[in-house]
Amino acid sequence: MAAEAQAAWGMEDKQSRIMERNANMKINRRDFLKLAGYGSAIFLSGFAGSGRWAEAADGDGFLFVQLSDTHWGFTGPAINPDSAGTLKKAIAAVNDLAMQPDFIMFTGDLTHTTDDDKERRKRLTEVKGITGALKVKTLRYMPGEHDASLDEGAAFKEVFGPTHYAFDHKGVHFIVIDNVSDPTGSIGDAQLQWLAADLSKQDKNARIVVFTHRPLFDLAPDWDWHTRDGSKALELLMSYANVIVFYGHIHQENYRVTGHIAHHAAQGLMYPLPAPYSVPKKMPVPWDPAQPYKGLGFRSVDAKVSQAMYGLTEYGVKGEKR
Amino acid sequence: MPIAVLAVLLFFLGVFLTEVCAIADEAEQVVTVTAKRYEYNPNTITVKKGIPVVLEFTSLDRLHGFSCPGLAIRTDIAPGKVATLRFVPQKAGTFPFHCDNFCGSGHEGMTGTIVVTE
Repeated sequence: MAAEAQAAWGMEDKQSRIMERNANMKINRRDFLKLAGYGSAIFLSGFAGSGRWAEAADGDGFLFVQLSDTHWGFTGPAINPDSAGTLKKAIAAVNDLAMQPDFIMFTGDLTHTTDDDKERRKRLTEVKGITGALKVKTLRYMPGEHDASLDEGAAFKEVFGPTHYAFDHKGVHFIVIDNVSDPTGSIGDAQLQWLAADLSKQDKNARIVVFTHRPLFDLAPDWDWHTRDGSKALELLMSYANVIVFYGHIHQENYRVTGHIAHHAAQGLMYPLPAPYSVPKKMPVPWDPAQPYKGLGFRSVDAKVSQAMYGLTEYGVKGEKR
Repeated sequence: MPIAVLAVLLFFLGVFLTEVCAIADEAEQVVTVTAKRYEYNPNTITVKKGIPVVLEFTSLDRLHGFSCPGLAIRTDIAPGKVATLRFVPQKAGTFPFHCDNFCGSGHEGMTGTIVVTE
């Protein structure tokens, strides 16, 4: 980040308080019961009762991990004095999980933006090297606008491959939508046609998990927390009964429902951002020496395929459950 | 025609032309704005309430955007062509605007304000 931007992103205790309040807005049991009425339901760890579905003997469950917004290359001691170590700590924490996930998904902004194409490639390559230390070797990546908007994804593709794709895993169809390579923050007609064609091969009751970087819905358009043509993707997804979306970009947990589709934003791994529209200007929440790494972390998702249910467990950077 | 009558007619013609010019001046407020990494010039745009405004944007480098949510106006600003926005400000105040097409490391700081006066 440029020095002037760091200066502009000043410190305000008020932001910390807002983040704290936001982090405390956990979904309670009643919310869960309401959610259970939707096609794809979620639950938070702690009341699954009989333990992880991924451990079920019937092979109906599996676990995956979502990491997001690692912003490798960011420097700003007042925001994150451990900018070079945070991702590595999270990787160690994932490696220490009692049950290892089947795969790990990175939902964009692997790197912090740079106007230097060469430096962008260097940062992307470094992320690939660092994440290679994960025990789990099935790693899936997608870009954020910091990785891809300045060169329409060219460097990302060189290092990691396609920016949008689909794959199947144990009865779940996963779709990775790129809403960042177009600097306008759009998916674009060509990719929407690809999405329509991909969905047309799925049963209406298929278990579908979507990964994006930006939210597909208008969470906070004035803060760039939206996808300009996201409604077109949601329209395509709406006719499928069991769809859930995991995304990044906003550097905090956030839960919304559009129609019957649940949307879950993930924590980041470099700096938290304030709750939508909670402050006049979007700026990183400053580092709190009393609570280091506050607001940073990752999540695991425990999938119960037959019931189209997903158990979310949120972790701090060092693997502590939230 | 008596000179006195001619003088009166010329007087009223002068008054009429002055009014027409004044109306033309207030009929449209045209502001030219350039955009480049990571600034608008000018970045403070002052206009009058109730008078139509024409904003003419030109990019000096790459694709930028202009979004002013408080006035519900936005446009893409692509290099090589003028992007025009027309609106009539209906309320006085200060309305922030920003670039909404990701343009680089200083993108978050590419901002400005429209000041609408009474």
